[in-house]
Parts: sequence; C-alpha cells; structure tokens
Amino acid sequence: MNTNAIEAQGLVKIFGDNRAVDGVDLTVRTGTVYGVLGPNGAGKTTTIRMLATLLRPDGGEARIFGHDIAREGAAVRSLIGVTGQYASVDETLSATENLVVFGRLLGLSARAARAKSAELLEEFSLTDAARRPLRNYSGGMRRRLDLAASLIARPPLIFLDEPTTGLDPRTRNQMWDTIRRLVADGSTVLLTTQYLDEADQLADRIAVIDRGTVVAEGTADELKATVGAQSLQVGLADADDLGTALSLVQQVFGAAGAVAPEGLRVTVPVPHAEAVADLLVRFRDAGVPIDSVSLDKPTLDEVFLNLTGHAASDDAPAAGSPENTRNDTEKVTA
Amino acid sequence: MSTATLAPAPHTATIQPARVGLAATVSQSFTMAYRGLLKVRHTPEQLIDVTFQPIIFTLMFTYLFGGAVSGSVGAYLPLIIPGILAQTVITASVVTGVQLREDMDKGVFDRFRSLPIARIAPLAGALLADTVRYLVATTITFLTGLVMGWRPGGGFGGVVLAGLLVIVCAWALSWIFAYIGVIARSATFVQGVSFMVLFPLTFLSNAFVEVDTLPGWMQAFVEVNPVSHLVSAVRSLANEGLVTADVGWTLLSAAVVVVIFAPIAVRSYLRKA
Repeated sequence: MNTNAIEAQGLVKIFGDNRAVDGVDLTVRTGTVYGVLGPNGAGKTTTIRMLATLLRPDGGEARIFGHDIAREGAAVRSLIGVTGQYASVDETLSATENLVVFGRLLGLSARAARAKSAELLEEFSLTDAARRPLRNYSGGMRRRLDLAASLIARPPLIFLDEPTTGLDPRTRNQMWDTIRRLVADGSTVLLTTQYLDEADQLADRIAVIDRGTVVAEGTADELKATVGAQSLQVGLADADDLGTALSLVQQVFGAAGAVAPEGLRVTVPVPHAEAVADLLVRFRDAGVPIDSVSLDKPTLDEVFLNLTGHAASDDAPAAGSPENTRNDTEKVTA
Repeated sequence: MSTATLAPAPHTATIQPARVGLAATVSQSFTMAYRGLLKVRHTPEQLIDVTFQPIIFTLMFTYLFGGAVSGSVGAYLPLIIPGILAQTVITASVVTGVQLREDMDKGVFDRFRSLPIARIAPLAGALLADTVRYLVATTITFLTGLVMGWRPGGGFGGVVLAGLLVIVCAWALSWIFAYIGVIARSATFVQGVSFMVLFPLTFLSNAFVEVDTLPGWMQAFVEVNPVSHLVSAVRSLANEGLVTADVGWTLLSAAVVVVIFAPIAVRSYLRKA
C-alpha cells in the first residue's frame, strides 16, 4: 500500500500565548508503530488530539489514509481508534456496559455488541471484572479496557497516548505484548511515550518532540547513535576542574560533554567502551580527582540533553500529575 | 486471542459516508440515552431530586399554605398539586445542563468525539434520558397528591395528559440548560445560573397562589409567564379533564424555547465537540 497512515505538515496549536504544537511534521507508514517521544508538556497529547479530530489545528494540515483531518473529519473518525492518557471510558458503568455502548454506537446490533464485548474482555483478561463498575478498577485494568474499547470497530490506525504511564512493570509488559499483536495483525499504531525504553521496544520509527517541535526523527538505533549506546557519567570532586574535564572529554570522545545543573557531573555518550579507560587515564594524568563514575544506558534525559541542550524534565509543567495536566488543557480549550 | 479479534478490516471497507444518516443518528441518540439510564442504575442517588423532592415539597407547601390560601389543606390540593408538579419537573430539567457539563469534562467524551457517530448524539441522548427523570418526578408528585387526598376530576386520562404536557415542557426547557451547560466553564456555574433563571420563573407564577392576591405589577408578569399557562393547563386537564387555551399557549411557548435554544445549544456543542 503506498498510502501513508499519517501525513502531517506544519501542525500548529496555540493555547493563549503558548504555542503548544509549533510546526510538527510526521509521516507514518501503514503497518508500522510510530513513537512520539517527549516529556510532559512537549505537545504529544495535543498533536494526537489534532490528528484524531478532537482539536482543530491553528495551522498546518494532516491526512489520515489520505483523508484531510479538517475537511473529512467523519471519514477520519471511521479509520481511527483513540486511547487517551486519561482512560476514556465511563467510570460509573461496568466494563461490559462500556463496550456494549461503544459497540452500539458503532452500529453493531445488541447481540453483536454483546458478543464483541465478551470477546474483547476475554482477549484483555478482563472477563472476571466485566460486571464491576470501573471505579473499582486498577490503573492497568482501566488502560486495558480503554484499549479494548478502541478496537471494537477494528480501526486500521490506533492512537495510544502514553499507554503505559503509571503502570507497573508487569502490566506494562502485557500492554507491550498487546500492541505488538495489533501491529502483527496489520494495524498501524501511533503511540506517545515519555520512556525511551518503550519507544525502543515498540516503535519502528521515533520522533522526539520538545516544546512543540520535532527535534529528531529516525529509528531507535539512529536516535541512540546520537547519544551513544551508553553514556558515561563522571562526578568531579572539585567544581574548579570542570573546564579541564570538559576539554579532556572533547579530546578523547570527540563529543561535547553535558554538565549537570550542579556543575559537578559531566555526561557524555560513549562511542566505544575502551574510550572510557582512555578518558579515566587522562583524568589521572591531568590530576583531576573523580568522585564517581558510572555507565548508563541512554535515557530520555540524555537524548534530550543531547538534542536540545536541556533536560527532559526542565519544562514539565509543575511535574504535573496526569489529572493536573488534563485540567490545564481543559481550561485553555474551554 | 483469536487473530480475527484484532485484525483490522481493510481500511477502504470501513469508510463511512462523511455525514451520518438520520436513522443512524436516531439510533445513536437512543444508545446515548441508554448509557444515561445505565448511569442512573449504577448511581440511583442521581434520582434523589426527582423522588424525595416532590414528596417533601408537596407535603411542606400544602400544609404550610393550604389554610392561608384555600382555607383548608383539602381545598388547596387541586391548586397546589399542578403547581408543585410544574415546579419540580422544571427544576429537574436543570440537571440536564449540570450533568452535560460534568460529562463533557470527562475522558469518555473524548472517545465519543473520536467515534464515527453523529456529533449531536451525545447531546440528544442526554436530553432523551432525562425525560425518564421527568416521568419519575411526575408520577411521584401525582401519587403524593393522591395519598394526601387529592381526587382529580379529570380522571386517569386527564392526569396522564397533564403529566405528558409537563414532561414536554421540561424537555423544552432542558434545551436552555443544555445550552448553559455547553458554554459554561463548570458544573457549579451551570447550577448557579440555572437557578437564577428558574426561581423567578416558577415562583412568580400562579403555581402556589391565586393571581388576584398579588400586587398589580406582579400580576402583569405572572399573567405572561409561560409557567402560569402550564400550571393552568395542568389544572384544567387534571382537575376537570378540559383542554383549555392554556394548553395551546404552553405548547407554543415550549416550541418557541426549542426553536431558539436547540439550534444555539447544538451549534455551541458542535463547536466545542
């Protein structure tokens, strides 16, 4: 198929004087998982809401399987399933009732809606809890039901907004398996995440977004190459040595080290493991005392430091809990 | 899992016409109404205003004003029951706006908006489901009256018609509150504004007192107040089985409210949705 699932050019959304999304381009090939990686407040949710026709873009355009989101909203909605960051299911209803209502809305007969609901609850291991009202559900159960609700109509494109945020590791792995199965069956998935690990596990391609713009795009390997497979953290004993340390890092690794806010820790991507030994020897020769050394897998923070020059958490609005962030967006959109 | 569960249909097959047809719109609205009723079943406390309020108000007003207005409680019943009925059911229609606002603030509304359904269905469904609330309020008010000794001369038919008239009016008025619900920022605001509209409308009418006891300037307002026409129409229907001109005036007022408020409520709702 030569149609792309998503083609977006220059999407813009402005809330008051905040350019929440500021010229986002995305191209998602049919049958792939596309990861949108970024911290809270980067514009991930706003981008999804525009693509899902829940928010009208203030600029730019996007097509879903060739259908314009602004002009052909109804056609777009028949091709997508949306699973929000905040469970978009009815709290007061039971799981079965939720799925039956959504199924009926999508044109299934009462009997077909019931059958579909039973089938999906079985698939998502929710059968035991099917009759309980959702307010008694755990976060993981709610997310699973939410995803199940998005799959009733078997939409070819599924938006997953932070599908695993707040889930425990076991539930997260279950969710990952489900997403992999969706794609194996031919669906296209666009997921947002704050975790590099998750994007790495699931996505064929990743866009890193920050302050409303795409700062990098590529496969997980390409992105990781920008920060190195691993990164070295050197804790200095004396802040006065910072200048010397940075120039040594530059000489040995051929890359600029990023300095942590307190001015004592230098982080740098590691091109190959032997270079670490070389650097430590150079430090000793230069008489730069070291407090600590650690090798870390690259994290979102490092990708961010590397791509944007600031930490991922810098601009998170008051480390907002999901509820807070949602309320904030609601206020601006209202 | 079965592969069939998750395999997406070829996407060309799922494309629906850009506009949802009338039959589908009606069916989706009924599904949304069904959802509203399911919510009531899970949280029956939502019905407290249409169950206990009619009982308490009927008892309270009848014993409080019965002697003063009509000389005795028994003589006051034919006057007060239609009045209480109109007041209770109209008050119940405010909840439409409040609940709509609460609903729209929840995540589930995002899903409704992202489904390929008629965008009007959630609004239409909410208004439809609320007619059940009006039915409950109407039935309980009539039953309370009967228990207290009210014997409507209009018979069963007259009482049923009177009840239907009140329900139609409440439904018409609920478009006003739905509009306020759609444009308001919070449910509390909806509640506040709606009661500001409601109190003058229901109390400055002939619902509780004889109009000729009022000062002249107030009589002028009471005479034109649609709620007065509604109460008079209900009184003639239930007490005498007569269809008076007030029925016509009431239905006309209800139609005017719907003609004005339904389009603006729908338009504001679609703009938000």
